[in-house]
Amino acid sequence: MWNEFYAALPLFLISASAIGAMLLDAFIKDSRRAILLFSTLALGVVAVASVLVFQHEGTGFAGMIKTGGYPSFFDILFALGGIMTMLSAHPYLERNNFEFDEFYTMVLFAVSGMMLIAHANNLLVVFIGIEVMSISFYVLAGYLRTSILSIEAALKYFLLGAFATGFLLYGMALIYGATGSLGFPAISAAVSSGTVEFPTLLLIGIGLLIIGLGFKAAVFPFHVWAPDVYQGSPTVVTAFMSTAGKAAAFSAFLPLISILMPANAPKIQMLLAVIAAASMLVGNISAVVQSNIKRMLAYSSVAHAGYIMMGLVANSERGLSGTMYYLATYLFMQVGAFVVVSVLETKAGKNLEIKDYIGLSKTHPLFAALMAVFMFSLAGIPPFAGFFGKYYLFTAAIEAGYTWLTLVGVLSSVISVYFYIGLVVAMYFQDPEEGVEKYEAKAGLAGLTLIVATAGVFIIGLLPVIISNITDSLRLVAQSF
Amino acid sequence: MGALLATLFLPLAGAIALLFYDREMGKGIRYSALAFSLLTFVCSIFVWLGFDASNPGLQFVIQQTWIPQFDAGFRIGLDGMSLLIVMLTTFIMPISILASFNSIHKRQKEYYIMMLLLQFGMTGVFVALDTFLFYVFWEVILIPMYFLIGIWGGQQRIYAAVKFFLYTMVGSLLMLIAIIWLGMYAQELTGSFTTNLLILRDIGPQIPAETQHWMFLAFALSFCIKVPLFPLHTWLPDAHVQAPTAGSVILAGVLLKMGTYGLIRFNLELFPQASEYFAPLLCTLAVVGIIYGALVAMVQTDIKKLVAYSSVSHLGFIVLGIFSMTPEGIQGAIIQMINHGLSTGALFLCVGMLYERRHTREMSEYGGIMRIMPVFGVFFAIAMFASVGLPGLNGFVGEYLTLLGAFRSPFLNTWVYAIVGATGVIFAAVYLLIMFQRVMYGTNDNPKNQALHDLTANEWFQLVPVTIFMIWIGIHPPTFMKYSEQSTRALVGKVESATRGTTAFTKELEQRTTNDRAHLHPEPAMVEQH
Repeated sequence: MWNEFYAALPLFLISASAIGAMLLDAFIKDSRRAILLFSTLALGVVAVASVLVFQHEGTGFAGMIKTGGYPSFFDILFALGGIMTMLSAHPYLERNNFEFDEFYTMVLFAVSGMMLIAHANNLLVVFIGIEVMSISFYVLAGYLRTSILSIEAALKYFLLGAFATGFLLYGMALIYGATGSLGFPAISAAVSSGTVEFPTLLLIGIGLLIIGLGFKAAVFPFHVWAPDVYQGSPTVVTAFMSTAGKAAAFSAFLPLISILMPANAPKIQMLLAVIAAASMLVGNISAVVQSNIKRMLAYSSVAHAGYIMMGLVANSERGLSGTMYYLATYLFMQVGAFVVVSVLETKAGKNLEIKDYIGLSKTHPLFAALMAVFMFSLAGIPPFAGFFGKYYLFTAAIEAGYTWLTLVGVLSSVISVYFYIGLVVAMYFQDPEEGVEKYEAKAGLAGLTLIVATAGVFIIGLLPVIISNITDSLRLVAQSF
Repeated sequence: MGALLATLFLPLAGAIALLFYDREMGKGIRYSALAFSLLTFVCSIFVWLGFDASNPGLQFVIQQTWIPQFDAGFRIGLDGMSLLIVMLTTFIMPISILASFNSIHKRQKEYYIMMLLLQFGMTGVFVALDTFLFYVFWEVILIPMYFLIGIWGGQQRIYAAVKFFLYTMVGSLLMLIAIIWLGMYAQELTGSFTTNLLILRDIGPQIPAETQHWMFLAFALSFCIKVPLFPLHTWLPDAHVQAPTAGSVILAGVLLKMGTYGLIRFNLELFPQASEYFAPLLCTLAVVGIIYGALVAMVQTDIKKLVAYSSVSHLGFIVLGIFSMTPEGIQGAIIQMINHGLSTGALFLCVGMLYERRHTREMSEYGGIMRIMPVFGVFFAIAMFASVGLPGLNGFVGEYLTLLGAFRSPFLNTWVYAIVGATGVIFAAVYLLIMFQRVMYGTNDNPKNQALHDLTANEWFQLVPVTIFMIWIGIHPPTFMKYSEQSTRALVGKVESATRGTTAFTKELEQRTTNDRAHLHPEPAMVEQH
């Protein structure tokens, strides 16, 4: 009993601190700083707690959630993402005169939703987690409520997201109908023993599930919301959504695919492979023609979701490790890139075009250098972390016999190089026109985020073992204590 | 061991140290960069002294596991071929840095950091004994070179930089797939995935022919783009012309050699059967490149572009030598890599010196320079003749041996390549002599040319060492070739036993070589020194 509570400690902590942050608002006057501090510390504590309970692999609460190991890895990832977001959000929101307490509270709620998804050992828990996370995201997307773009983003995200949730729920219902259970272990047992009564129903259910989760992960063809939402949302929120949010979707994807795969392996693998290939190509080709940097990064995030899907296609130990490694890497490099964008963004939401970055290496040499590092990492050039992530996933895909998918991945990487280094060209090689307004961008607390992101890109790039030693031993479907 | 590690990591340490310099300290930055590269050169001399030329195997081997999941490791070591090219790298770098002193004025700190990073990457490529590590170094080079062309280049620098980057990426990513494939194959055979070249070089020849062909192509594409082999050469003239002088020197001197080095180290050694299969194709392309590069060079009016196209032609000889797969051919290719690095490097230095004075590279703007800058003229002439392949200078040795290799290669089994390739030597004489005549001789009726000063002390320091080695190799090649001889023989023996199943053939070839030498070639250019 207590064992259960202890193992699920991170989940309790995050929920309690989200509610606590909300209440704190009511009791403290002018509580912005206090809540920022409280939330950041709370996430830090959650991360530490996740490390502590890492060894307690198992399930709890009537098998509804799993603890330790796999979910712990994601807990740390989400907490880190939350901390990085909050630190960079503070100067960003202050500059926009929009710093209210709710922001930090909503980030905490989003993190608790994500963690619930990673902990889920039952389809219902997945659903609850996704809803908690999504609703927080809808609010955060429309957070700059005087900006038309922000409102558009929130509305679009909400309407399409609600629709996608419908697919997800319907898929779950069909899977329940076919296998007679919502719990992962029972579904797994039914699928792998071949005693499913309505195989067609199961297959349709899996298809719908892939649509629902694919929407959250923004893979082709369910990605159309991403560019508008990513562009319109406050930049720091975009950073959070496109990394931690994506990681959360994949944290549900990984165990679900691995338990549902056995019955229809070739069909599901092919479906996922086609989605992955199309995401990589469409994402990268669309990104080439973007002139807005947030849109460019949005399309590129579609492509990165495609790369990550290669790990799902492989559905092997290496695929699992590769996916988790890539998600961690992606968190650092994508948050880093978006935070640089947010720091350079002026109050009126200007300075977001690629041409605004011309000559950045002269006006802001440090930001330009960091941006270049993140771009090279996203493009997958060693020794930065992004390269090793790709290597991991390519290896997994080739091992699974999907060499053609790797070829598509390689081709689309070459395409992606064009726009990633295009930004470097603008920052370093082009000279700014005369008479451009000069302004001084200051990082403030976002500097901490940038330090963490840069360190992450370098350290896990040079020493990938740090992550892969952890991910290698993880199991997707936990057995009870 | 220590010397090799120092040779590899000193430039990186230098780049990191330069990060902490104040950007106003132009002079301090310049001289520190020079000091680091000179120190690296000294370290590499210790490697040279410690190297045992009679041992055909890899020496100074260091093995450390880096990523156990993929058995990727920090594995480095040298054989004779890599030793020579590493020496070339450490030798060219201080000269390139010296050549930058007067031509680079903006963002000096970043410039010298990039130069040292470049050296780190290049050395790494030549010493890596792990395909993963090799790939990492191979790609690491892209970033500094991209910045060198893009920031400090000429008018069309952005176009050239992006073209360079994309071209290289296309090739190298396919190579990455082949590297993974190779690891997977090792996994099938031995049970564990690996990128350890020491294991892979035994596994490579066992791969079935069909698969080997694909792998060969994936590796070769990447290397042939870098070489560059016709018709993949189109990035080279742009990159050369737009790069700053030092960039061109490094590009021609060392970077292109990464391609030819890779062809020997990976393609020949890992896929001997496929090498035999594709040798006629690659040799044909090489010969076409020799002729094509020469013909295009002939019609250039821009001196730098002319030298750039001459590189396409000269590198053709190297590829021809490699895929003759004979000891002479490969030895010739290796020494030709060094030669080309020295003589084309020197030509680029000379062009850079002219450009510094006049800020133009159009031949028609010059004329009669010999009378105004006689000392410069002498060095320029030596570099030019070395590039032409005049006996007594280094270029001759390499071209002669590669052609000889192609001539008697049992794999090619025809004289056509050698004969057509040899015409390239004549063309080289034509375009280089015409260029030299137009620039250095004739009437000096352009008033802008009247007041040019002759070599400065800095320029002396750049040209003298290069010239010494050009003459040295020309007169006594065995000083250098003996280092790579044993490893080349071992390699050829391996290729032959893999493709012919017996080494009897090797013996026969050796017999023939000895006979021929007794009859025909009593000169020192021959490799064998028993």
